[in-house]
Amino acid sequence: MQNSVIVENLSKNYFKKEAVKEISFTINENEILGLLGPNGCGKTTTIAMMLGLLKPSNGRVVIHGLDIEKNRISLLHKMNFISPYIELPKKLSVKENLIVYGKLYGVKFISERIKYLSEKLRLEEFINKKTGELSSGQKNRVSLAKALINEPSILFLDEPTASLDPETGDFVRSFIEKISKEKKMSILLASHNMDEVKRLCKNVLMMNNGVIIDKGTPDDLIKKHGKRNLEEVFLKLNRNNHELK
Amino acid sequence: MSLNRIIGLFLRHFFLIKSSLPRILDLIYWPTIQIILWGFISKFFTTYSDYYNNTVGVILTCAILYDFLFRSSISFNMLFLEEIWSRNFTNLFIAPMRISEIITALVGTALIRTLIGLVPAILITSPLFGISILNLGIPLFFLFLSLYIFGITLGLFVSSGLLRYGPAFENIAWSSLFLLAPLGCIYYPIEILPDFFQNVARGLPLVYIFEEARSILVNQVVNYSNIKDAFILNAIYLFVGISLFYYSFSQARKKGSLINIGE
Repeated sequence: MQNSVIVENLSKNYFKKEAVKEISFTINENEILGLLGPNGCGKTTTIAMMLGLLKPSNGRVVIHGLDIEKNRISLLHKMNFISPYIELPKKLSVKENLIVYGKLYGVKFISERIKYLSEKLRLEEFINKKTGELSSGQKNRVSLAKALINEPSILFLDEPTASLDPETGDFVRSFIEKISKEKKMSILLASHNMDEVKRLCKNVLMMNNGVIIDKGTPDDLIKKHGKRNLEEVFLKLNRNNHELK
Repeated sequence: MSLNRIIGLFLRHFFLIKSSLPRILDLIYWPTIQIILWGFISKFFTTYSDYYNNTVGVILTCAILYDFLFRSSISFNMLFLEEIWSRNFTNLFIAPMRISEIITALVGTALIRTLIGLVPAILITSPLFGISILNLGIPLFFLFLSLYIFGITLGLFVSSGLLRYGPAFENIAWSSLFLLAPLGCIYYPIEILPDFFQNVARGLPLVYIFEEARSILVNQVVNYSNIKDAFILNAIYLFVGISLFYYSFSQARKKGSLINIGE
């Protein structure tokens, strides 16, 4: 299988603090890779470097064979990102927001694309409503529509179901699962929801203090550490790490 | 540069303005009040001073020109601040937009915001005070263009600070033009300033622009050398402003301010 993303010895230092320390991994075509770790472990910093938002101190990110530092604009056409920490302009309607981002990503048939996404993500009933007036579940689906407006081949999902009710969370997870298979996307999923990670991800990276402390398939990790589920593996690895510190 | 992306960013702000009547009224309100206030002040001066034979015309025209500068600079900054306030900054910078496209889109959108505010104010000067800024003739176009370039340049300086330091730089965005106003010699000739400040003021395009406006209105003399000097200085400042914006973007990528801006 072909690597869509190659991360090589990636590091980021802020003054004397090392936020990410020489991490390396790959994401294959049609793979959802889980990125797990406690708050502040370097997940967001890693994603930001992969999106070209942050300049690495060392190492490189290669996407579809091209270095993101040298080909930022052309690669951003093929990528997108969703995070609960960033929002779409609240005073614009859902449709207006999607038109704007369709234009920014150079989407050719914007109306058709919006119609397709509205149907798939059930946006029709509030497509003309202001984004700021939506519930968090509706906002989440709109953000997902924005993240898919350019039909990305690489998608970064930072806690995509945080603060969602179980029904909406399940809808979003099923949608991600379906679309990643249909479109053969490579997805990096950062989440604190272990069931979600186990359900969606083929492979998982465990991060702590800016380094990858373990990796493997969810089942292999559970077996390797002699635990009942991924959450117990997560807790064990992080406690060990605290003790080592 | 992609026209599609420039239009996209323009639309983001166009949709915002068109959907909000309070926003449109806010854009119109301040320039109108400013012009009415200066209209009455200058009318009072006309009665009690014979320094200018056309006091109302000179002061009011300069007030309109200064407001145009002020609005264009503030509009540029506001467009940038809107992205920070709406927490949309990261979305914008992960979209495949070149810095040159961002600047171009903001320059166009800032002009529209400025005109929405200023056109009604200009229109009321004629029935209220019997003054038309069009009396400046063809040079008016060059004066407006020169002021707009300088306004945008100041906007670029401030936006560079916002990009690098985040919302903490917001106060500078509001106060930047007030700092330059005394040195710009908007309502008085440069000779009023102390010698040291005269030298500083000559390094600003504003002095030449307002000197030219007064020259036309008071002496009916068009002095194109003033317009030329203003454009030369503008070109230098604009080059520095654009370079600084690129540098700030690069620094923001190094320091990580693009990730957590607005938080």
